[in-house]
Amino acid sequence: MDILTFMQQMVNGFSLGSMYALIAIGYTMVYGVLRLINFAHGDIMMVGAFLGYTFMAVFELSFPVTVLLSVLISAALGMFMDKIAYKPLREAPKISLLITAIGISFFLENAFTVFAGGTPRPFPVPDYMEQIFDVSGVIFSVASITVPAVTLVLLLGILYVLYRTKYGMAIRALSFDIKTVNLMGIDANTIIALVFGLGSALAAVGGLFWAVNYPSVEPMMGVLVGLKAFAAAVVGGIGSVTGAVLGGFIIGFTEVVVIAFWPEMGGYKDAFAFVFLILVLLFKPTGIMGEDLEKGRF
Amino acid sequence: MILEVCNITKKFGGVTAIKDTSFSVESKQIYGLIGPNGAGKTTMFNIITGNYEPTEGAIKFHGQRIDGIKPYKIVHRGIARTFQNIRLFKSMSVMDNVLIGFDYQATYTYLESIFRLPRFFGEEKRIRKRALEIMDVLGIAEFADELATSLSYGQQRKVEIARALAANPQLLLLDEPAAGMNPNETQELAELFFKIRDDFDITILLIEHDMKFVNHLCDRVMVLDYGKTIFEGRIEDAIQDEEVIKAYLGDFKHA
Amino acid sequence: MNNTVFTKDRLINLAIIITTIWFLWFAQHFFDEYTIRIINNVAIFIILAVSYNLINGITGQFSLEPNGFIAIGAYVTAILTVDSEAMLYQYDIEDPYPWVLALQSNFGWALFFSGTISALLALSLAFPVFRVRGDYLAIVTLGFGFIIRILAINSPEITNGSLGINDIPEFSNLYWTGGLAICTVLAVLNIIYSKFGRAMKAVRDDEDAATAMGINTFKIKTMAFTTSAFFEGIGGGLLAALLTSISPDLFTFFLTFQLLIIIVLGGLGSTTGAILGTIFVMAGLEYMRFLDEPINLFGFETEAMPGMRMVVFSLILIFVMLFAREGLMGKRELKDLFKKKKVNK
Repeated sequence: MDILTFMQQMVNGFSLGSMYALIAIGYTMVYGVLRLINFAHGDIMMVGAFLGYTFMAVFELSFPVTVLLSVLISAALGMFMDKIAYKPLREAPKISLLITAIGISFFLENAFTVFAGGTPRPFPVPDYMEQIFDVSGVIFSVASITVPAVTLVLLLGILYVLYRTKYGMAIRALSFDIKTVNLMGIDANTIIALVFGLGSALAAVGGLFWAVNYPSVEPMMGVLVGLKAFAAAVVGGIGSVTGAVLGGFIIGFTEVVVIAFWPEMGGYKDAFAFVFLILVLLFKPTGIMGEDLEKGRF
Repeated sequence: MILEVCNITKKFGGVTAIKDTSFSVESKQIYGLIGPNGAGKTTMFNIITGNYEPTEGAIKFHGQRIDGIKPYKIVHRGIARTFQNIRLFKSMSVMDNVLIGFDYQATYTYLESIFRLPRFFGEEKRIRKRALEIMDVLGIAEFADELATSLSYGQQRKVEIARALAANPQLLLLDEPAAGMNPNETQELAELFFKIRDDFDITILLIEHDMKFVNHLCDRVMVLDYGKTIFEGRIEDAIQDEEVIKAYLGDFKHA
Repeated sequence: MNNTVFTKDRLINLAIIITTIWFLWFAQHFFDEYTIRIINNVAIFIILAVSYNLINGITGQFSLEPNGFIAIGAYVTAILTVDSEAMLYQYDIEDPYPWVLALQSNFGWALFFSGTISALLALSLAFPVFRVRGDYLAIVTLGFGFIIRILAINSPEITNGSLGINDIPEFSNLYWTGGLAICTVLAVLNIIYSKFGRAMKAVRDDEDAATAMGINTFKIKTMAFTTSAFFEGIGGGLLAALLTSISPDLFTFFLTFQLLIIIVLGGLGSTTGAILGTIFVMAGLEYMRFLDEPINLFGFETEAMPGMRMVVFSLILIFVMLFAREGLMGKRELKDLFKKKKVNK
């Protein structure tokens, strides 16, 4: 393969990696503060995409307004989920939380199947997103630039919040030790709600971007993506936001590049994330950013 | 010398929890680790049991180094412990809790238990008999089939001790065994420990705050403050030592 | 009465087993096909639920492995029992590999291999996962289930891809399913009432304290996980020989979710609960089939809503987790109910 095709694949890889990264951040943050794998997180991505579809195809709102509304509603949904299902189980054995998370995930998937139908719906991608331009042979679409750019901006935004604001510090403190934070007069539950809100907002953005890049929306779309995003979070170092982004890009790039070089591996594309996960667990369980969560860090 | 703690230093990131601490425990001694809260006593326990690795220094048991060995293997070598905040297995009966201590000693295999071969029955009978003997010494045999957490606090402590004894240790580590007990109970407990030491032929290393209890029970002590040794020696000398008195702000008056 | 061999407990157990065997014989001869099919299904799910409970409920390690190992068991049995001619005829996407054609055995051995191969795979999965803090078991097993499906779809020379394998000889009858169900329940109960079961519960209740008592927690978790996989593989084989037709779509996460609901409703950690939960949920799913069809409510007819059943079930699961976490039996077994003060809940 030539350099041009390679560059092309890099562009695609960036796009895919960004979307995994956005969703992985939510997983890693919730795990950081609660030590919980929020199985329903991938389905929030699906909800975001569906909200986008509803606002654009049904209500015919503009894309920016759609994004805003979808993100806000998804954030609210994430916080609501925490409030009614996870918060009551704060003191319960971990397995109860995990089972509840699975239950919520399954509920969302099936509720949407019942009410929206299982057939994929075409997402109305705004025209300007699909505009392409040619830079010495490599084709960029507006979308393929916007997605990584926005991801980067959001990542910087999250890092800013975590390291430069009071709430961010509280979030990081919480991932160290939940009891101390309560003693310091910060309401741990508010902080946790904030984490869910932020993570869900990012997942919604990821879902919308996904819908733009792969314009079909269906209730199960979050399942595989969510799994891979969590694998990405582990690969990058669970608990670390930067790690989540790194992991997302690694998996995204691998998927794109391997298929480009060896098209016959196409059917196994979805297995790569899993392979990475097993490798990381075998050789460096703390992931790339390597923080042992007994002394947690973002 | 059954246990040697050699120049142990333990740092957690920037915090030095224990600084260059050494002591040794002779066979059949009752040795006390005392000091104010946060002095590093439980950390020392955790290093001996293998939960933490020392930043510097070594731990020797029967002359062999045990630092760096996995915690469950250290139990097999003959060191068992109890916890400060009683950690019994909540879903199991008193008998089952104690039987856990025998896990390593019951020699039947997985398949032998599935197919209920003779060795399963023989071993189960043996360890149950032994478990009842231990529970008898501690006075809790009557509660064998009760849910472990349904017992009173003092009785739960005894279950924990029975469980640790079940592991057939040569060295028993007790983390604040007298916590939450009144003077009568602590007196009883001290007598119990003397009995255990003699009946089970065991060495005891304990962490404690109750100075009267320590004075009555321990042969030697090590006094820690902020991770540093401020005294090591016989208990009789400890209570006269100036540094110790300073650290404890006159607690010894009650001893 | 100082009888050490014929204790009251054992006599009761023996009576239960004999009654069950008699029931199986009776049902196989006198019940109609539809009922027999249901009983077969229930028996297989009892095997699956009781073994799934071993890793999840008894050892307390949250795992989502069943659909993966059930799939493996099903495919192994299918490949071993469908004869070469039938295979050559069916495999439409690609021709089967010679070794796939060559592998033939009777049903008993097929089931044995189903179980053993699943167990070996479980062993290799256990190593990377349990070596670490074990939190990742759920995600790894979830991914594992996906991978197995992907492999099944992408290896048409072995599995006939998405078309699946058909015309599997229908070996499963009540003697096989019921008999193996009895064996599984006995085996699992024997494990639970032994030092291994105690160790598993200790790991569930307080893993650090278990380690402090000399238990090799990695080994115990691996044993529980591998055992679960073994019986799940056998269940898969029985399923293949019951349905006579398998395909990758049969082994989705939904299968695991069903089992999860079963053991949660029955009581996580109770074998009796798993059995009761199976009967309850299988009956419930059948009963709730009407939810997926058009419903007639006070004269209004709603459209068919496929998936509504699962919406209800997931809500039930969440509800149970929030308000009735112990399920039906909690951690108790049947005999514990008859002990007065000495409750093991």
